[in-house]
Amino acid sequence: MKYIATIGLEVHAQIRTSSKMFCGCRTDAAHAAPNTNVCPTCLGLPGALPVPNRSAIEQIVKTGIALHSTIAADSTMSRKNYFYPDLPSSYQRSQFEDPLCIGGHVDIVVNGIDRRINLTRIHIEEDTGKLNHMPDGTSLVDYNRAGVPLMEIVSEPEIESAEEARLYFQSLHQLLSWIGVNSGNLEEGALRCDANVSVRPEGQKEFGSKVEIKNVNSFRNVERAINFEIERQTQVLTDGGKITQSTRGWNDATGKTVEQRSKEFAHDYRYFPDPDIPPFHMERSLVDQIATTLPELPTVRRNRFIEQYAVSIADAELLTTNTTVAAFYETTVAAVVKNNGTARDASVWILGEFFRLLNDQGESLTEAATRMTPAHIAELIGLLNNGTITRASAKEVFEICYREGTAPESIVAARGMAVIGDSDALLKMARDAVAANPKAVADFKAGKEAAVKFLVGQIMRQSRGQASPQAAESAVVAALAEV
Amino acid sequence: MSLTRAEVVRVADLARLRLSDGEIDAMQSQLSRILEHVSALQAVDVTGVEPTAQVTDLVNALRTDANWPSLERTAAIRNSADTDLGMFRVKAVFEEH
Ligand SMILES: [Zn+2]
Repeated sequence: MKYIATIGLEVHAQIRTSSKMFCGCRTDAAHAAPNTNVCPTCLGLPGALPVPNRSAIEQIVKTGIALHSTIAADSTMSRKNYFYPDLPSSYQRSQFEDPLCIGGHVDIVVNGIDRRINLTRIHIEEDTGKLNHMPDGTSLVDYNRAGVPLMEIVSEPEIESAEEARLYFQSLHQLLSWIGVNSGNLEEGALRCDANVSVRPEGQKEFGSKVEIKNVNSFRNVERAINFEIERQTQVLTDGGKITQSTRGWNDATGKTVEQRSKEFAHDYRYFPDPDIPPFHMERSLVDQIATTLPELPTVRRNRFIEQYAVSIADAELLTTNTTVAAFYETTVAAVVKNNGTARDASVWILGEFFRLLNDQGESLTEAATRMTPAHIAELIGLLNNGTITRASAKEVFEICYREGTAPESIVAARGMAVIGDSDALLKMARDAVAANPKAVADFKAGKEAAVKFLVGQIMRQSRGQASPQAAESAVVAALAEV
Repeated sequence: MSLTRAEVVRVADLARLRLSDGEIDAMQSQLSRILEHVSALQAVDVTGVEPTAQVTDLVNALRTDANWPSLERTAAIRNSADTDLGMFRVKAVFEEH
């Protein structure tokens, strides 16, 4: 029997604020000593009054607009009740009945086919503390992260494969960084993912029992964990077993999901409206005003690049990885075009040499751009296009400019890298090459045309790539005629 | 409105209360009476009354995203029964199978 999988993702994204969701403590939990970003409010001490962070709410609205959600005019906070040591007040402030954003969608491309993943909702939530499990079985709790503002983005259960889930997660990651509401730092847990996976025989209408995989925090592991879970559930069903609703954790080392049994995951959260927090009302005018702060979105910009600069879909994807790359590309295009180059020249050099160097050096574009500016790239392309330097020299100049930040024209002048087109100088090099390579001369006389290419290669090497290839070939032919 | 014994045990469990058999019996009748009292309110005609979870009439009680001083760590963990490395120590709660 064939089985089909149904997957829904819950993505928790840390919102970029300097203070927590309901208090003024700092949000840089990853960089602070344990329990130094805590106060009576985020420690859940009796009598403290939580007051919601306006910026966090507005950033969720911004995200909702970018993801085509409906922004609720009225929404409320609720308490999700459960006992767990990472939760100091024994309830998590979240949204239940009236979330801030309803619906929406994320468009992805799976194997060249457009897929739309619909969203159920986006809601406000506070993060929990962090448990450090000790060898003796006890845990040490750090509440720096408790109360850090999160948005939870819930997809409809309509993702059909692990690959689709990864692409969806990647697409959200790109978008949230792009619009500036999330740092995108997966290592620090700025974006975390829970996956609900169920399997059912093909043709069966009702969903199978769902299993929740907790806290999968990298693109690769989302795909691995879901694939493992689909296979596991399929095997259980094939063997005549039953899947029970449960929670499992992903173990990166073993590549398996493991059942997590805990009384605390009671799945009876007894949500009720938080009496401490008055409801939110979103004026239409505020929503419209927030909409104006959104930048051109990644897919829109990608499509514009394809139209406006005639780049391929794959190149356009790379050039819209993030806003920094996209802005750098467009600034470079403007400078290159002014310098009689083309948009294509700009993408060739950025995606080729520049990305190769960034990769080799393990450097970010922002760091490298302090030396290698769009104006430098335009100048270099200009020197190549007007024949001042050869393509081989251009690569060398590019690398020197990348390392030193010196203008390409200065590099070419200081190092004498201009093309050697002078026929006397080239003829001398050709005669030297002929004299030094009697075998090549003999080959040539025996009718082997390849010997000419070999001798041209000798000149190119001797001139460190500065000889014009065409002029060098003429010189070789002339020198061979003399012997 | 009468609670079953099982319901009392369940609610106690969720609230992390350890009750003796005698206490469960007492709670069963006392909680049932509280629920009866509250259910008397269901007789009130609330046609046309908007549901609310708030009585203050406040809306958008928000703050600007700004930092305020956090507690000194010694003060933050002072009341904990057991601490180590500046953190609260708790017993294992999480079992993996
Ligand atoms: Zn705090």
